[in-house]
Amino acid sequence: MTSPRLSFRASLRQAWRGLTSMRTALVLLFLVAVAAVPGSILPQRPLNPFAVDRYLADHPTAGRLYDRLGFFDTFAAPWFVGLYALLCVSLVGCLIPRIRLHLRALRAQPPAPPHSFARLPCRVSAVTALSPDEVAAAAQRRLRTRRWRTRSRGGGSTASVAAEKGYARETGNLVFHVSLLGVIAGVAVGALFGYEGRAIVVEGTGFTNTAIAYDELKPGRARGAADLPPFTLRLDEFEAVYATDGQARDFRADVRYSPGLTEPDRRATLRVNHPLSVAGSRVYLLAHGYAPHIVVRDKDGAVLYDSVTPFLPQDGSFLSTGVVKVPDVRPGLPQLGIRAAFLPTVDVARDGRLRSTSPTPTAPALTYEAFAGDLGLDSGRPQNVYELDTRGLTSTGGGLLLPGETSRPLAGGATMTFVGFREWVNLQVARDPGQRVVLLAAVLALAGVVTSLRVRRRRVWVRATAAPGGTVVEIGGRSRRDADAFAVEFGRLAADLTKLLPGPVAVPADATEEMHP
Amino acid sequence: MTADPDLAAASDWLLFGAVLCYVVAMLGYAAELAFGRRAPDGPAPIAGGSTDTLPAEWVSERAARRVARHGGERGWPTAVGKAAVAVTVLGWLLHNGSLVTRGLAVERVPWGNMYEFSSAVCLAAVTAYLYLLTRQPVRYLGAFVMLPVVVYLGIAGTVLYAPAAPLVPALNSYWIKIHVVAAMTSSGIFMLGFAVTLLYLARESWERRHPEVPEVGAGAASRVRFPAASTLDTVAFRVNAFAFPIWTFAVIAGAVWAEAAWGRYWGWDPKETWSFITWVVYAGYLHARATAGWRGRRAALIGVAGFTALMICYYAVNLWISGLHSYAGV
Repeated sequence: MTSPRLSFRASLRQAWRGLTSMRTALVLLFLVAVAAVPGSILPQRPLNPFAVDRYLADHPTAGRLYDRLGFFDTFAAPWFVGLYALLCVSLVGCLIPRIRLHLRALRAQPPAPPHSFARLPCRVSAVTALSPDEVAAAAQRRLRTRRWRTRSRGGGSTASVAAEKGYARETGNLVFHVSLLGVIAGVAVGALFGYEGRAIVVEGTGFTNTAIAYDELKPGRARGAADLPPFTLRLDEFEAVYATDGQARDFRADVRYSPGLTEPDRRATLRVNHPLSVAGSRVYLLAHGYAPHIVVRDKDGAVLYDSVTPFLPQDGSFLSTGVVKVPDVRPGLPQLGIRAAFLPTVDVARDGRLRSTSPTPTAPALTYEAFAGDLGLDSGRPQNVYELDTRGLTSTGGGLLLPGETSRPLAGGATMTFVGFREWVNLQVARDPGQRVVLLAAVLALAGVVTSLRVRRRRVWVRATAAPGGTVVEIGGRSRRDADAFAVEFGRLAADLTKLLPGPVAVPADATEEMHP
Repeated sequence: MTADPDLAAASDWLLFGAVLCYVVAMLGYAAELAFGRRAPDGPAPIAGGSTDTLPAEWVSERAARRVARHGGERGWPTAVGKAAVAVTVLGWLLHNGSLVTRGLAVERVPWGNMYEFSSAVCLAAVTAYLYLLTRQPVRYLGAFVMLPVVVYLGIAGTVLYAPAAPLVPALNSYWIKIHVVAAMTSSGIFMLGFAVTLLYLARESWERRHPEVPEVGAGAASRVRFPAASTLDTVAFRVNAFAFPIWTFAVIAGAVWAEAAWGRYWGWDPKETWSFITWVVYAGYLHARATAGWRGRRAALIGVAGFTALMICYYAVNLWISGLHSYAGV
């Protein structure tokens, strides 16, 4: 008779045993792999929120379903986090008893030789003039120098040595799995205390490491956006080198920076793959582009818009597109939106369309199309500064401007001037205090997995028994896996051990051959 | 700095020659399989020796070696099989030459785009096969290694072909030597493991359909020319277990490079995600091999899934999914 309390405990124990079983771990591993798939196929909010918005607009039904399932932020979705948390619990539950067992095994003595060597997969025998004790002592010495753990037993008419090797297999296995937990811990430290942000910086302008300076900022969960290490940086010049075919060869950004909030005074050059370290953070050069300087004036010449506006490159020729939004042309007049493209080297294609033939700005030009109406800024729809929502707008025509030129009057008599252009860089600023932990744990995991896959646990026994005509020496061994590789090792070892035996040595012919493979 | 056109052309011709050799070798291996007697496997009678003092799993290997040494293989199919190995080695040399000349032509590592990368992965696979051949009698694998290599090189030389050109700046780092070499090596070895796994699956289902044929010791009556499923399973496991740590290293090196280039070591970029999936599936494979009820067929199917994930990681991600790794000009 069992009390309900006891059976509850029993079922808990059973559930724990089920969770920590290898079978469950395998299923969980497989589920984690499958669960990661949507994260690679669908656009992800943390990587590209606009692509998610576009996907939602293009696929309203499926998109909404995916959104509800968390497919647009897969790796933070509750089911993904839940899965790997379960996997971690299963791992810990599996590791604790195994570590305990292994610690016991590390202290244990090699077991006594089997009653009969006949069942051992590898064995040889010989007859020698040495006494059993002498044989055992010599074999033990030799095995020890070969770094086997040994234990001798008996004495007198029968002496034996038991030897074992390859504990590193399980050690490596455990180190691998514990290190995986270390990797996860390091990732967690980074997510809690690090930060990561991206900002577009135009030539001749500066950047201060504050939340407001970022276009996109992911602050650590435990620190928040207010707690960024202070530093300033100024982009003096950006230079891209291209081959004649337009392929990029090198990018370099000359910057001045200073830890703290003083005027930047130290010089550095940022390049791809060569970040700058400042105030415990690292600054990376991710991307670059052109920023046309555009001025919009109303019909009386008053400046409505004056900005060096970063445009987004669309292809290898750096044809770059951008948008100018002028909400208040004049009370009562429609709002003005301009969709423009910057062409570093303008050219007319055979079909009469304009194109850019090179990313190098040898013949820069700006094409535009102006729109009048309602920009939709008050509609509550999410706004993208690089796109124009033309739903409430009507086109008023377009044209092409060279640097310094001013357009004909657009809507309401306003004009646009293409003053010139500068270049911008996209900087990534990051700090990850968990990074070192992750690297160390990953390297340990690698060392662990190599060890556990290479090393075999194996046992060898030597037994010497006094018999008429000399001492019979039996050498036998077994390995739980990789039997043929062990057979080779055993052959060498047995040859080495039998060499210790002086006097009339008889070794079965069959075994001799295998000893010298 | 532009590519040397003569060297680049030499590289293309060398690769063409290598593919030709591989095709010829594949036909040779296939002829041996089709017309030869069964592969040396199982306890073939050992002349003059008694087998009763030897373990079963030792005997097969030992017997195989002895049979291989002492004329267990005779007849023209065996000669064709051996010639196929020689042609494979010739193709391998040409293949190496192709990579070296390509590297010299562009004065950089010859694995800067998908075409070069695919070629190098195939070279790794052929190298792994030839190496395995020096350790174990695995000539029966020849045709099954040559087939994917030829298909792969064919696709690489046509669809993925890119003319010799210098590297895009993002790839201009010494990490390309570390991360990409590890990725290529492990992929080539996984490819070999995949070929063995498929053979295992075929052989395993054949064995289940023909329970009357004993697994070992079938002797001359057997028409089976492949080793027993259990032998294939062991070979597949060893090959995959050899590649797994290299793949692990490739992923770690990739993370270190990503940190230097993009400011974070891991960002769930599609390439990173699929390398993670590949890693997890192969980790599952290694575990399955050690778990009762998952050994054998199920584990092999996981191995197939792992290689599929690897292929998605290389090709689907580069060709159809846009991400940070979408530079390597197709």
